[in-house]
Amino acid sequence: MSHDEISFHLPPPAALIPAPPAVAAPVMVPLTIDGRAVEVPAGATLIDACKTLDIDVPTLCYLETLTPVNACRVCVVEVEGARVLAPACSRAVEAGMVVKTRSPRVDLSRKLVLELLGSSVDLSTAPGLSGMMHEYGARPDRFQEVLGSPSSVSSVAQPVKIDNHLYVRDYGKCVLCYKCVEACGTDAQNTFAIAVAGRGFAAHISTELDVPLPDSACVYCGNCIAVCPTGALMATPEFELRQAGQWRPETQAVTDTICPYCGVGCTLTVHVQDQQIVKVTSPFDNAVTRGNLCVKGRFGFEYVNRTQSD
Amino acid sequence: MNGADQLCRDLESRFGHAVHRSPCLGQCDRGSAALITRAGSDPERFVLAPVSADEVAKALSAGTVPTVPRVGASANGAGAKIVRRMNVADATSLASYRQHGGYQALAKAIEIGAAAVIAEVSAARLLGRGGAAFPTGRKWDAVAREPARPHYVVCNADESEPGTFKDRVLMEQDPFAVIEAITIGGLATGAERGFIYIRGEYPESERAIAGAIQQARAAGLLGVDVSGTGQAFDIEIRRGGGAYICGEETALFNSIEGKRGEPRSKPPFPAQFGLFGKPTVVNNVETLVNVLDILIDGGDAWSKTGTAGSAGTRLFCLSGHVVTPGLYEIECGQTLRHAIGVAGGIPNGRALQAVLLGGAAGTFVGPDALDMPLSFEGARAANATLGSGVIMVFDETADLMDTLARIAQFFRDESCGQCVPCRVGTVRQAELLQGRDPGSGIRDPGSGIRDPGSAHHSAR
Repeated sequence: MSHDEISFHLPPPAALIPAPPAVAAPVMVPLTIDGRAVEVPAGATLIDACKTLDIDVPTLCYLETLTPVNACRVCVVEVEGARVLAPACSRAVEAGMVVKTRSPRVDLSRKLVLELLGSSVDLSTAPGLSGMMHEYGARPDRFQEVLGSPSSVSSVAQPVKIDNHLYVRDYGKCVLCYKCVEACGTDAQNTFAIAVAGRGFAAHISTELDVPLPDSACVYCGNCIAVCPTGALMATPEFELRQAGQWRPETQAVTDTICPYCGVGCTLTVHVQDQQIVKVTSPFDNAVTRGNLCVKGRFGFEYVNRTQSD
Repeated sequence: MNGADQLCRDLESRFGHAVHRSPCLGQCDRGSAALITRAGSDPERFVLAPVSADEVAKALSAGTVPTVPRVGASANGAGAKIVRRMNVADATSLASYRQHGGYQALAKAIEIGAAAVIAEVSAARLLGRGGAAFPTGRKWDAVAREPARPHYVVCNADESEPGTFKDRVLMEQDPFAVIEAITIGGLATGAERGFIYIRGEYPESERAIAGAIQQARAAGLLGVDVSGTGQAFDIEIRRGGGAYICGEETALFNSIEGKRGEPRSKPPFPAQFGLFGKPTVVNNVETLVNVLDILIDGGDAWSKTGTAGSAGTRLFCLSGHVVTPGLYEIECGQTLRHAIGVAGGIPNGRALQAVLLGGAAGTFVGPDALDMPLSFEGARAANATLGSGVIMVFDETADLMDTLARIAQFFRDESCGQCVPCRVGTVRQAELLQGRDPGSGIRDPGSGIRDPGSAHHSAR
C-alpha cells in the first residue's frame, strides 16, 4: 500500500471557453395561412405559425407555458382538405398546409362555443371575453329566449368554495380549460392536488375525493390562480376587495421586483392599490420561472402591509 | 318499445332504489334486458334478456349463474361466413372450434409470414367495421413499419353505440375466432402483447373470451412461443367501466393506461402514438374476425363478395319494429329493404316511418331510402352512415321526437366533458328537445338545435 501524500490540484484554466455543441438548423416547413406564405420550424403549431404572421387567433384554454389540451375549441381554424376544424393551439404544421383562420364555418363554431360558455358559466371576471363575444356576434341569452325561463337553462352556478385563507375557488366561473390541472401537475408544480372529476356537464375540477383544500395535497403555490383565464381561482385579497366593490385595477401600480425569500430570485410583479399590496403575479415570459412561484412569493406579502402597531 | 318501462316499474316496486335505469345494455335483439350484480365476497355479474321481474328475483337468489337464452345469428342463409360457426360449434370448446375450421387461418399466417399477411389484408380491401371504415391493411402496414418498440394490438370490444350488439354476439358465440384474429394481428405487426377492451355491460362476453384465452394458452396458441414460431404473443382482458366515450380508440388507450377516459388529439394517430405512446393497431371485433376468412380464401378472392367500394359481408344489428330482431350477416351492397325483409319485415302490416342507421350517432332515413345499398359508398351517397351496423326500425306508430329526445339525453349523459361544443352543446340540445310539448315539433328548429350539431361536426 502506498503512503503518497494525498494532494489536490486544480485543473489548468482553459485557454478557450469551449463552444456549445452545434445545434442543427431547424427544418423549416412551408405553409399558407390566409393566403400568405410562411415558413416555421417543424414541430411548431398552427398558432405559432399564425403569430409569425401577426394573425390573431382567439384562445381560452391555451397558454404558452402549458401543454395544449384543445378543450375550449375557440382557436379552431379551417385546414383545407380536412373533414373537421383543427385546434390551432395543438395542431402541428405540415408542409403544404393551406389554412384559413376566418371562414363562415370557423366563425360559427367560435360563436357557438362563446354562446355555450356564456349561457352556462359566469364570465363576469374573464378579461377579454366580452370583446370576443362582440366580435363573433355571440348572444348567450338566446337559449333562454327559446327555453323560456333562466331556470330551464342549465348552468354551473354554485356557491364559492372558501376553505382556506389564501385563495377562493368559484367554480361557477369555471370553463373547464384544464389549465389549473396542468399547472398543478406535470406542466409546472407536480403536486397533483386537483384533477377533472365527473363527466359531461357534471365534469368539474376536484381535489382528491372532493376534500377541502387544507385536507388535500395542495401546497398553495397559487400557480393555478396564475393560469386561470376567468377568475374562478382568485387570491383572497382580490376576492374580498371585489366583494366590497373596491377592486380598482386601473388605479393599481404594477412593479416588478425580486422575491426576497430565497436565492432562486424569482421575478415578482407586485400590484399595489391604496399603498397596499393586493396581488402578486410573475411574468410568464421569464425564461427561468415561466410565471410560477411558491407559496411565499405569491402569498407572503402581508407583513409589508402591516405597521408595527398591528 | 319492448316493455322496459313496465319492467322498471315492477323491479322498482320489488327492489326499490337498487334498480338503476340504463340507456343501453347492448341487447337490442332481445330486450328488455337487465344487468344484475349478485353482491358478496365474490360478486357475480350477468345479463338476462328478455327478462321479467320474477326472473330477476330468481336469478338473484339462485346459487349459480343463470343460463342466458341464445338469440341472434338467425336466418343467415347459405352466404353466412362470419357467423357460420354460431349455434353450430360449441363456443366453449377449443376442440369444437378446430373441428369447424378454427386456427387454420393462424396456421396459414405462420406459413406465409407477416408481410404476406398484411398484403392479403390489403388486397382484400377490408374496411373497419367499428364505424370509421378505415382500411385495415393500411393500419397494419403502418404499425409494422414503425421502428419504435414495443408494438401493441388492441381489440376494441367496447361496442357502446346504442343499437349495436354484433360484437357481443361474436364474443359470446365465437370467442376463439376473436382470439385467433387478434393473435394473427399481433404476429403480423410485430406485437408481443394484445389487449381486448370489453364493454363493462358484457359479463358473458368477458367470461367467454377469458375461457377462450385460457384454453388457447394451454394449447400453446398464446404465450412465449405461439404455435412453435418462437414468437411471443399474449392477450390481456380489460373491462370498460360503462363509459360510451371509451369506445373511441384514444380514450380507450387512456382507459387501459389507467387514465381518465378522454379522447386524445389526433394527429398523432395510434399507428405512431397509441397505447402507452407506442405504435398500436386498434381494430373492432368484427373487423378482426374478417381477417380469418381473408387468409383462408386469399385477399383477392375474399374481396369478390360485396361491392367495389365495400368488400365482404357485414353484420347488421336489426332491432325495433321488425318481426325477428337479431344479428344478420348480409353481403355489402344489398338494399336496406332486403335487410328489413330478412328480419321478417315490419309486424302487423304497419307502414315504415323511419330507420336509424349506424346507431345513436348515426342518421335517420325515411321510407324513400329503402333502396339504398348497404355499402359505405351507398350510405355516403345518401348522406347517411352505416356506422357500427345498426338498423333500428320505427313503424308509423313510433314517436320519433321522443326517440330524438332520448338520444339527446344519452349524449348529454355520455359526453366526457372535455370540449365545450359537446359538454355544453349536448345539454342545450337535450333541453330544447325535452322542453317541448308532447306531439309538437322542436322549438326554434332554425338555430337552437342545429347550431350545436354543426359545431360537433366541426369539432371531431
